[in-house]
Amino acid sequence: MATPIALRVLEGHARTYRHTWRGTTVGALVRPALFLTAIGVGLGTLVDDGPATADALAAPTYLAWFAPGLLAASLMQAGSADGMFPVMAGMRWVGTYRSTINSPVRPRDLFLGNLLWSVIRIAVIGLAFVTIAAAFGAIPFGRGLLAVLPAAFNGVVTTAAMSAFVVTRDSPQVLAGMNRFLILPMFLFSGTFFPVEQLPDAIQPVVYVIPLWHGVELTRALALGGDPTLPWAWHLGVIAAVGVVGVVVGTRLFARMLRR
Amino acid sequence: MKRFGAFTAVAGIDVEVAPGEAFGFLGPNGAGKTSAMRMIGATSPISEGYLRVLGLDPEADGVELRARLGVVPQEDTLDQDLTVAENLYVFGRYFDLPRPVLRSRIDELLDFVQLSDRRNDKVDPLSGGMKRRLVIARSLINDPELVLLDEPTTGLDPQARHALWERLYQLKRRGVTLLLTTHYMDEAEQLCDRLVVMDQGHIVAQGSPRELIDRHVSREVLELRFIDGQQAPAIERLEQLDDDRRIDRLESLPDRLLVYTPDGDAAIDAVNELALDPLTLLTRRASLEDVFLRLTGRQLID
Repeated sequence: MATPIALRVLEGHARTYRHTWRGTTVGALVRPALFLTAIGVGLGTLVDDGPATADALAAPTYLAWFAPGLLAASLMQAGSADGMFPVMAGMRWVGTYRSTINSPVRPRDLFLGNLLWSVIRIAVIGLAFVTIAAAFGAIPFGRGLLAVLPAAFNGVVTTAAMSAFVVTRDSPQVLAGMNRFLILPMFLFSGTFFPVEQLPDAIQPVVYVIPLWHGVELTRALALGGDPTLPWAWHLGVIAAVGVVGVVVGTRLFARMLRR
Repeated sequence: MKRFGAFTAVAGIDVEVAPGEAFGFLGPNGAGKTSAMRMIGATSPISEGYLRVLGLDPEADGVELRARLGVVPQEDTLDQDLTVAENLYVFGRYFDLPRPVLRSRIDELLDFVQLSDRRNDKVDPLSGGMKRRLVIARSLINDPELVLLDEPTTGLDPQARHALWERLYQLKRRGVTLLLTTHYMDEAEQLCDRLVVMDQGHIVAQGSPRELIDRHVSREVLELRFIDGQQAPAIERLEQLDDDRRIDRLESLPDRLLVYTPDGDAAIDAVNELALDPLTLLTRRASLEDVFLRLTGRQLID
């Protein structure tokens, strides 16, 4: 039986990974360790020593509260990265996409194969994160495994949306702009480091349309063992909606850009 | 027919290529060669018209068709992260070739393009000619019936070009159909059994290289160079010999005068009789370059 074409693209990524895994893996391990140490433990000590609230006894430590947020945000960033430079390189800088479509691979297979690869890469980074976080005592390992699921889902959705956008762009400056004005603010203000209730009232509605906030809510609920702010299905629905749009638009844009 | 908005890249070309033939699209940059190749290669939809490649419709049967084609694009587009052999491996897997088949074919192809000793090197340090040969190997990974080559030797030094031509000639001898674009006349003359000359999306002539030369220009060309300002008076005096059978036609270029003639020596006699006293004087056989100049009034490479 013939191998589905998108899986052939996935295999190509895996082959490339043999040469590039070191950098990615080191990053995936070092980053959470640094963040958990500096923010979770360092800053967390100050937070936990702060004025006690009404339900202080029931509240988790800052480290335990922060770690799932960081997990979701890190996998969002990993997803965004997968949709940026590799797509820009394949489409413009190196042009491998333009030669790949001379084979039976269609633009949509490229898009889907890239996405499948992103699933694997994000899952690996997520598992590394949970292992480290468990070592820090930030997330119990078992719950962490569960909490990776929504975080990784949101990460892959980000890959889909980002690659759909980047395939139409021809300047690398767009990528720097996206990182500065979209990814970094999302990373900081989606309830990752502090609850969104701390934000000015006028800004809070904006946060509710950001998929990462929904991802953070789900990840945190699973890690801490509680319920998210909105019903589970709503959070999941927003992420899934962005994912569906990303995949539909992405496959079309890949075809439009490559089959001229 | 191929349109990009209001711009018509390929206005209407009507060709048939037989199996085993080496067929060329010849024309300057912007003539529509690459657009034509991409439509044939089933990576660009046709705007209008009828196109069948290996009996298949590129629109409806793109996957099946591309599985039987080899493509050498204008740019190398090799994967910089992979080694020489891995570039072939990954591309071969796109065709779903079984791994054992692929392994032995990679050995054969690296041998064929003389890159066996570089198989485990990354592609970046390879020379331009080596990269080009690797791209040719990549295009052959699926043992294609038809190979499309878009300007296969543009940007290579003469030695690398000859090495590549020799490989392509070997392919042709194995019975592979070659379809190539070029703006080099010598390349077309070397490789093509038959060719079309394209200009601004149209075919302006077609035939074998020899036929085109016989049909459109005389057998030999006398190239004359003059000191500044002497070319115009020389043309005037040569034109007065208008019933002279030694001279067919004159073509005035900015830096030289071309005299088309059935007999180069006789034309030299005519020039000497008129005492034109050119700076340099050179007879050569007419080439496709002359055909192109004749048909379009322009030179191929500016």
